[in-house]
Amino acid sequence: MEKQLITLHINGEVHQIATPSNRSLMDAIREDLSLTGTKHGCDDGDCGACTVLVNGQPVLSCMMLAVCHQKQEITTIEGLSQNGQLNRVQSAFCIEGGMQCGYCTPGMIMSVKALLTNNPNPTETEIREAISNNLCRCTGYTKIIKAVQQAATYPEFIANITKPEPVDAFFA
Amino acid sequence: MSKEYQNSKTDFSVIGKSAPMIDGVPKVIGTAIYADDIKLPGMLYGKILRSPHAHARIVKIDTSRALALPGVKAIITGKDTPIKYGILPIGQDETALAVDKVIYVGQEVAALAAISEEIAEQAINLIDVEYELLPAYLNAEAAMAAKDVLIHNDRPGNIEKKYHHSFGDIEKAFAESDLVLEDDFRFPRITHAAMEPHCAVANFEANGKLTVWTSTQTPHYVHRGLAKALQMHPSKIRVIKPFVGGGFGGKSETFSCDVCSSLLSKLTGKPVKITFTREEVFYAHRGRPDQFVHIKLGMCKNGKITGVYVKTIQDGGAFCSYGVVTILYSGALIAALYDIDNIKFDGYRVVTNKPACGPMRGHGTVNVRYAFEVMMDRLAEGLGLDPAEVRLKNMLKPNTKTVNDLRVTSYGYKECVEKAMERANWTEKRGKMPFGRGVGIGGSHYVSGAANSIVRGKMPHSNVSIKIDIDGGVSVFTGTAEIGQGTETVQAQIVAEELGLPLERVRVIAADSDITPVDLGSYSSRVTFMAGNAALFAARDVKNQLLRHAAEVLGESPEHLICKNERIYVEYDPERSVTFREALIAALEHSGTVIGKGAYTPPAESQGGRFKGAGVGPGVAYSYSASVADVSVDPETGHVRVNKIWVAHDCGRALNPLAVEGQVEGSVWMGLGQALQEEQIFTPEGLTLNPSLLEYKSPGAIESPDIETIIVESIDPEGPFGAKEAGEGSLAGVIPAIANAVYDAVGVWITSLPITPEKILKELNKKKTGKNL
Repeated sequence: MEKQLITLHINGEVHQIATPSNRSLMDAIREDLSLTGTKHGCDDGDCGACTVLVNGQPVLSCMMLAVCHQKQEITTIEGLSQNGQLNRVQSAFCIEGGMQCGYCTPGMIMSVKALLTNNPNPTETEIREAISNNLCRCTGYTKIIKAVQQAATYPEFIANITKPEPVDAFFA
Repeated sequence: MSKEYQNSKTDFSVIGKSAPMIDGVPKVIGTAIYADDIKLPGMLYGKILRSPHAHARIVKIDTSRALALPGVKAIITGKDTPIKYGILPIGQDETALAVDKVIYVGQEVAALAAISEEIAEQAINLIDVEYELLPAYLNAEAAMAAKDVLIHNDRPGNIEKKYHHSFGDIEKAFAESDLVLEDDFRFPRITHAAMEPHCAVANFEANGKLTVWTSTQTPHYVHRGLAKALQMHPSKIRVIKPFVGGGFGGKSETFSCDVCSSLLSKLTGKPVKITFTREEVFYAHRGRPDQFVHIKLGMCKNGKITGVYVKTIQDGGAFCSYGVVTILYSGALIAALYDIDNIKFDGYRVVTNKPACGPMRGHGTVNVRYAFEVMMDRLAEGLGLDPAEVRLKNMLKPNTKTVNDLRVTSYGYKECVEKAMERANWTEKRGKMPFGRGVGIGGSHYVSGAANSIVRGKMPHSNVSIKIDIDGGVSVFTGTAEIGQGTETVQAQIVAEELGLPLERVRVIAADSDITPVDLGSYSSRVTFMAGNAALFAARDVKNQLLRHAAEVLGESPEHLICKNERIYVEYDPERSVTFREALIAALEHSGTVIGKGAYTPPAESQGGRFKGAGVGPGVAYSYSASVADVSVDPETGHVRVNKIWVAHDCGRALNPLAVEGQVEGSVWMGLGQALQEEQIFTPEGLTLNPSLLEYKSPGAIESPDIETIIVESIDPEGPFGAKEAGEGSLAGVIPAIANAVYDAVGVWITSLPITPEKILKELNKKKTGKNL
């Protein structure tokens, strides 16, 4: 298929790529732009591993055409941490054991990020509904839900998940 | 190297504390590289053509139209993959691409590499294959009745393996029982459905060296499998396990993507990546087999089990895979949960024209455990006993040998049952809730590492080496396969504890056959126990070297020194100490980089009896678990809602409670899926009807219940700091707990999985009218 030039706004940066018009947003992100944090789990819109934010709303990037999202703000997992600080959802997933293999994690975190932006104090039912599009085979969801509840209590960005170490003098 | 386990110690700095995974941050920021994320310069994309028939002779393959498509670089067929391989030495029955005939829908027939995935997909459809259909056997009964045309010519009656075991005197046991019940149970085929599809990237370089990045739980067995399938010296093959997106048993052997990407890379001189589509993952399969279980169980009126007879038939699909192990686990682990003197087992593993089954979480034990735990409740009901009390009547004692020669060391099952009952408020609820609501209990156990390796021999099962250099960082080299369960974190914790360092000082370099020593892989729940011990022994080796130098500085004998808080102290006089750094510098000045190693080999006394098939079942230890499920059943619709599950799991010492809870919750949840909704369904022609995550229907966040985990610490005498497994043992118990709760709620027993609304309504109607619907 013939390629066309398209412009994508991802994580605050502007990318121009030549890609076929039937390219999914997931493939444009993963293959054309090498943002491989967005995961490829099924290509059918079933698992949610490829979830990204489009204008703040979670979408299944494998079900979307890249050409249709040229004027929108796209956020992938790589765009959540800022200035070396983790987003609170990322921190909480680490601290609470909200991920095991990590394959559903980027998509799961994007869904949670959208939830907490729109609903800062979600109930357990609202959390379960918000991640019902994201399948996880490792955790049974228990610790994911705990992580979301904790994230809701954190400031937006957190420097690190462990306390900072004193500077060691091994090479001093 | 010292091998005392010193498990009586209780004063710990690192272990026993919940630690976030040391490889967690890359996973949450999107920088963790999984196999499918790898893109090498000039890389080609591979695709596989698969069989549309369950059983057919391949008459002709014409690849000319596909080869003519611009962008297609190479095509291989069965004639390029003649060497048979398989995970078990006695099951060398598969080739990467079908040779002469296909034996299931979805079997690999040809593979090609092209400059883009789109061209590769297009080209696959241009390969012309002519088939001549053969009779297909799509269940065990049909396969066992086959007369002339067999699936494998060397498997008469299409039977992979059969075992007949008898311990004690089963007839006498039944004769002495106050109540004996028997029934038939049926289980569908289920699958792992790990979130990450299988993927391999192969790079065959001009110097004859092959590097393969593959999504696997068992890099060492892939190394062996590739060496055989490609007929290459293993020293020319480097297997690297990148981040792996879950396994649950489904990535425990060499897959066609490993072999085909390697061959295509050799032919083209370019790196080749093959990623299975989600549909292909269902054909790769290796899940839990479709299974028939006939069980007969006897009990005395005080609740003591007298004996058990199990006859089981597993429909194992087209290849052996781990099948012989699966059928043996079904029999062997009838024992070691309860004290039973008389066990008889007849097990049949059958070859059929469906995708091959293999090991899935709770390998081999789960379906028989369901039948056993449900029959136990039925006997309790028949004798007017409380089912939880009946379980307490049949406890083993620690440090015993079962009737089939399994060595049980630590045993926390009694505490599991008691704690689960207590936390669930069992006595207030059982039989006392309104119609439609009920609680049920189920127990289970699992090996904490198989005592015998797949390829039998005397070599260690786990090896770990450690390097400490001038930066003061501790590098732990291990061949273990982190697949999300936390093996790297737990090894780092063990090393940090032993060296008296903070966890942050330890880094783990894992699973690269050129760099890391051999570990057998993430299967049979062996890693914490075996690699944990190897890591502990390696840490002791480097510690002893450091202590020697610290002793010189302190003018003290090394046996009086301890490592703690980044210092080395004189134990009886803590005022005298050196820093870890001072001891390290003394060691470096003396002889350079500090290097140590540790190896774990299971003790001979754990390795089981001497009868045929005795090699499977022995574990170096066993984990124990009890679950209580609280369910609501709608008698109008038959719908089951699991309100809550309490699970108590004996993992020995919990080295990382956060990870233990995560493993137990994941097991319980996977059991819940098998209990209520999961099933890989086939058409009468052998085509998988639901090869997608939507149609396979594993539970989502909304229908998943709250799970409360209770950690029971039996402190194993041989586990690292007393630890045992946490990742599998809880799965089997939760399924009968749900079935037994359904009985408590509405008074019907369901003898096949999944427990669907249709089955419940049918049983309720039968109870009401005395007739089948």
